[in-house]
Amino acid sequence: MRKRLTLAGLLAPPLLWLVVAYLGALGAIFATAVWSTDPFTNQVVRTFTTDNLRTLVSDPTYLRIIGRTLMIATSVTALCALIAIPFAFFMAKVAPPRVRGLLVALVLVPLWASYLVKAYAWRTMLGPGGVLDSVLGGTPGYGFTAVVITLTYLWLPYMILPVYAGLEKLPDSHLEASADLGAGNWTTFRRVVMPALLPSIAAGTIFTFSLSLGDYIAVQIVGGTLQVLGTAVLQNITLDLPFAAALGTASVVIMVVYLLAVRRTGALENL
Amino acid sequence: MRLTRRARAGLWAVSAVVVLFVYLPLLVIALNSFNSDRTFGWPPPTLTVKWWQLAAQADGPRNALRTSVEAGLGATALALVLGSLLALALTRYRFFGRQAISLLVVLPIALPGIVTGVALQSVIQNVLSPVFGISAGLFTIIVGHATFCIVVVFNNVTARLRRFGSSLEAASADLGARPLTTFRLVTFPLLRSALLAGAILAFGLSFDEIVVTTFTAGPGSPTLPIWIFNNLFRPNQAPVVNVVAVVLVLVSILPVWAAQRLGDNAAAESRL
Repeated sequence: MRKRLTLAGLLAPPLLWLVVAYLGALGAIFATAVWSTDPFTNQVVRTFTTDNLRTLVSDPTYLRIIGRTLMIATSVTALCALIAIPFAFFMAKVAPPRVRGLLVALVLVPLWASYLVKAYAWRTMLGPGGVLDSVLGGTPGYGFTAVVITLTYLWLPYMILPVYAGLEKLPDSHLEASADLGAGNWTTFRRVVMPALLPSIAAGTIFTFSLSLGDYIAVQIVGGTLQVLGTAVLQNITLDLPFAAALGTASVVIMVVYLLAVRRTGALENL
Repeated sequence: MRLTRRARAGLWAVSAVVVLFVYLPLLVIALNSFNSDRTFGWPPPTLTVKWWQLAAQADGPRNALRTSVEAGLGATALALVLGSLLALALTRYRFFGRQAISLLVVLPIALPGIVTGVALQSVIQNVLSPVFGISAGLFTIIVGHATFCIVVVFNNVTARLRRFGSSLEAASADLGARPLTTFRLVTFPLLRSALLAGAILAFGLSFDEIVVTTFTAGPGSPTLPIWIFNNLFRPNQAPVVNVVAVVLVLVSILPVWAAQRLGDNAAAESRL
């Protein structure tokens, strides 16, 4: 009895907070997705309709926005993996111990640097007359490419750290054994390192994919007029909250599907 | 590992390029804060400390900084209490719905910030202001931040509680200590450094947050990230924004350093 009371005392404040302040709010917003908006007053009308969800999957404008957002998230994830794997391999297996410690610190510091500042840095670098323009003689300008570069930059540490942790767990003896059996560097990498590393890479992609999917700040800073799911939600909030809610629900659904898909690799245990 | 000379050289080169890629943008903002050209033409025509003087006198960033610190402290305090309570309940007791609760804690940080933000905004507009007379401001910022800060405190405290098990607490009880005495003399001292690490993480998370804040901050109380975002696109504010940015990068070395002093690298890494 006494134990029960203690447990209730421990649980009540945080649960009250999370359920009332958070779940309640979240439930309300999902419910809003099946309501509609009065076209004259912009007020939310509480009658059930699937119009918002239907527009989402049939209107080519929104299909294109969803497609573009997925393209960005996929490209950023692929680029992060491409950069992080050799870098993490170097950190874990090649660099001398002192360099390794330094590299870990070098990866951690930008993780703490302000998100906005980093996006802003790319804005000044990518702009006309900026560093890229005057040093390389050209810049992709603000748009799709700029968004992919900036997001790759922002989320790279989130890929490096899990991959590095995965490589540290891989015993050197496996690499030696593979070499003893006559495999070249590339074969060892492909047949020994990659299979062992897959769960860690998948864990990293959860961060890069979900963070890219929901982002709209960096898109506004370096994307020019580019429209993605996040910016579309933002534009609809004041005029058509139910539709904004439907767009938000779409990004949550995509994320859940992605999580379920990568769960089979064992990624969730490697977060 | 026995790498060919070429593979080894290649990896050194790739890694050097990655480090350059990570630090070049930060270096560029640092240099640009001394760039005498208002639009940051590159290379800088001449160097000047004018923007630093201007930023030191500007009211906007200073007020925003105060709001950010207040919000961070408030959210951290709330998260410390709620996160620890939850961690104690979930590691020391077995009960129905335990799994569901541990998922619920992660949700605020796993779902896109814009969804959380819009949800909280509609609660402020439809419930808090009409029913309780609370409008968007520092209080609502703290509520929003605490919601996603709970998870970092929870994770740190849970890890610590699991590592020590409950034998020390059992011993204290066997020696006749009441639950509160056990908490004060045994559990809390064990948790202290985990709480500190959790607090650093929570504060860092709150200090840098912009998405949820956009929807929970009133017009009169911008946090530092909101202030930066509002002024990013104003050409005459750009140099001041740049100086604020450099200061923020320099400040961001502190938590990594503090975490290393704590001897707890996990603290800095669990920023993930």
